[in-house]
Amino acid sequence: MKSEARIAYLFAMPWILGFLTFLLYPVMASFFYSFTDFSVLRPPRFIGLENYKEMVQDEVFWMTIRNTFTYVVAAVPLSATVAIILAMLLNTKVKGLAFYRTLFYVPSLVPMVALGILWLWIFNGEHGLLNMSLEKLGMSKPPNWLGDPAWSKVTLVLIAMWGSGNAMVIYLAGLQDIPQSLYEAADLDGARLVAKTRHVTLPMLSPVILFNVIMGMIGALQVFAVPYVMFPNGAPARSTYFFTTYLFDNAFRFQRMGYASAMGWVLFLITLTLTFVALRLSERQVHYDRS
Amino acid sequence: MNIRTIAISAAALGVLGYLVYRSEDATTRKPVANKVTVLYWEKWTGDEAQKMRRIVNNFNASQDRIYVKMLSISGVADKTLLAASGGNPPDVAGLWDTQMTQFKDAGALTDLAPLAAEFGIKEEDYIPGYWKLMSPGGTLVAFPTTPASTALHINKKFLKPGEVPPQTLEELDEFTDRISKVKDGKVELAGFMPAEPGWWNWGWGYWFGGKLIDGDKLTINSPENIRAFEWVLSYSKRFGVRETQNFQSGFGNFSSPQNPFMSEKVVSVMQGVWMANFIDLYNKELPWIAVPFPLPKDKQHLKGMNFIAMDTLVIPTGAKHKREAFEFIAFVQRQDQMELLCSTHGKNSPLVKVSDKFFETHLNPYIRLFDELARSPNAAYIPQIGIWPQMDSELKNAFTEINLGTKTPKEALDAAQARLDPQWRRYQQQVMGRSITTAEAKP
Repeated sequence: MKSEARIAYLFAMPWILGFLTFLLYPVMASFFYSFTDFSVLRPPRFIGLENYKEMVQDEVFWMTIRNTFTYVVAAVPLSATVAIILAMLLNTKVKGLAFYRTLFYVPSLVPMVALGILWLWIFNGEHGLLNMSLEKLGMSKPPNWLGDPAWSKVTLVLIAMWGSGNAMVIYLAGLQDIPQSLYEAADLDGARLVAKTRHVTLPMLSPVILFNVIMGMIGALQVFAVPYVMFPNGAPARSTYFFTTYLFDNAFRFQRMGYASAMGWVLFLITLTLTFVALRLSERQVHYDRS
Repeated sequence: MNIRTIAISAAALGVLGYLVYRSEDATTRKPVANKVTVLYWEKWTGDEAQKMRRIVNNFNASQDRIYVKMLSISGVADKTLLAASGGNPPDVAGLWDTQMTQFKDAGALTDLAPLAAEFGIKEEDYIPGYWKLMSPGGTLVAFPTTPASTALHINKKFLKPGEVPPQTLEELDEFTDRISKVKDGKVELAGFMPAEPGWWNWGWGYWFGGKLIDGDKLTINSPENIRAFEWVLSYSKRFGVRETQNFQSGFGNFSSPQNPFMSEKVVSVMQGVWMANFIDLYNKELPWIAVPFPLPKDKQHLKGMNFIAMDTLVIPTGAKHKREAFEFIAFVQRQDQMELLCSTHGKNSPLVKVSDKFFETHLNPYIRLFDELARSPNAAYIPQIGIWPQMDSELKNAFTEINLGTKTPKEALDAAQARLDPQWRRYQQQVMGRSITTAEAKP
């Protein structure tokens, strides 16, 4: 048995080494650097809580927090709703189910940078497919999706729905796991679609919804690639300047690794807190017992 | 655990260790017999890289002691910095002038003065503006590959026969009013737009006698800079904020036939000496001229004002073969090699001495103008300050806010100044090791 354990550890060793070297050490190092002035080449200089104090007074930091939270609040529920609706549609006995499932899932496989370029063309104010369609539908002055600060975040929220296919697959699995007997019982009680959705589908799907919402929230808090490609420098007027973009700029453009590390830890604490709050708030709403 | 398992595991670890140990040779520094391999990371890719490779090949063929291995690297600046911090940087890196001060302050670049003296390279060999870009804060840390100067490029179709191009900024405004076409709330043609191509949005104040830094003091919200941004604002008012945005969103990439100048949407643009190359590539038939960018009527004493810039070669701190690396850099600085590189890249030369052949055979018909502009004592360049990336970011934001009408020029520049002042003080303290007096520390 001991010998088997040793072999098991040996096989697990590549992962353990990788974890220690590429995850645990950088995480711990970044915690230390967050208390230093560090620009990669010079040795880090301990400055105590200065980076954290600076963050409190940094108005761009707060702007990125506001932008990120606005994005999370809009994108996460909207994406979750779209994914649930798609999953419910695909859960019916529709013909060509596999085809539709693939069709809706494929977009989530497109690389982020390619996606950014694609959306730049679709949302282009002058020649974009979207505005051309809106003009044909009679809208004389369609929104300037990319150039107007009032619309730039809306653009990103709409783009976030593009990746709903990933969550949709998980919702679909959850839907297919709901016992048919519950729907039969609801039918006997005379329940219609809305009532069945409200009293059977959503409660039974609630653990999956919670999981997807938490994962979506974590992903949205770290939104980076698409805005970075589509809106350089957080343009227009920093309306799309998100937390991670500012963190990246501090680390690699401004060479302020200490400040960027501190920002990374703040993001970690925010994520942890929000996850904890989501779990606590959902305690009464999420139904785990299927007996 | 039996012996076989141990043996397989040990062998696997051995192979892994060997690969890690040899990876450097395998990927980057495979030695050429009896020669020192100088590793050269360059930002250029494609055609520009091929032209630089020609110079590298010339160097490799010119002697038998050193072999320069050139690699095109994306994100070369970050990678050079990280490689230097890891103790294994390339021997030569091709960077931009915009990074020189920040990298020098970070201790990432080798002081090249002793090697330059040894190789007989002197300040007098270079056009003064470029020498200043090579030696931020007085420390020689870079040598040029290809430099540039800038001028106003005008589509000749829109000039009346015999018409003199705009000589003052006011005349440029009038020219724009006369040429531009706005139909049904849509801009169809613009005579000029300060935001196109947008690469010098930070610097319009220089045309009005302003600066961004004066000695040690930031002067972002100086009256000259505010006046410049008011002029910028007059353009978004002229065309309309929304209309300008929509018009600009229809522009293609700079390096494409959809470039607004090449596709004849914008009649005149400020551009660098390289523009002739791109016109030749994407719209050969376009009739164009280049003239010095006009100055305001009351600033004619700044004649020759234009932005100069350059691509650089540096030796990162910790490079293994500094002397050999510099031998290569010195080779690139030879007049014949420099002229070959600059003419193929469509640039002017950074050297004081330029051959007639260079001018006569250059692709750009206005190369003498660009050479003259580069030599102008009024030529300007990006501020040599280590917080340039932050300054650039703040000024870009101010430019957008002003154009959108969300802030007046004064409000936007005051806000940028207020953000940058403490950052500059912190940088001086933390990076440059300067002590700040109580009076200076006050916002």
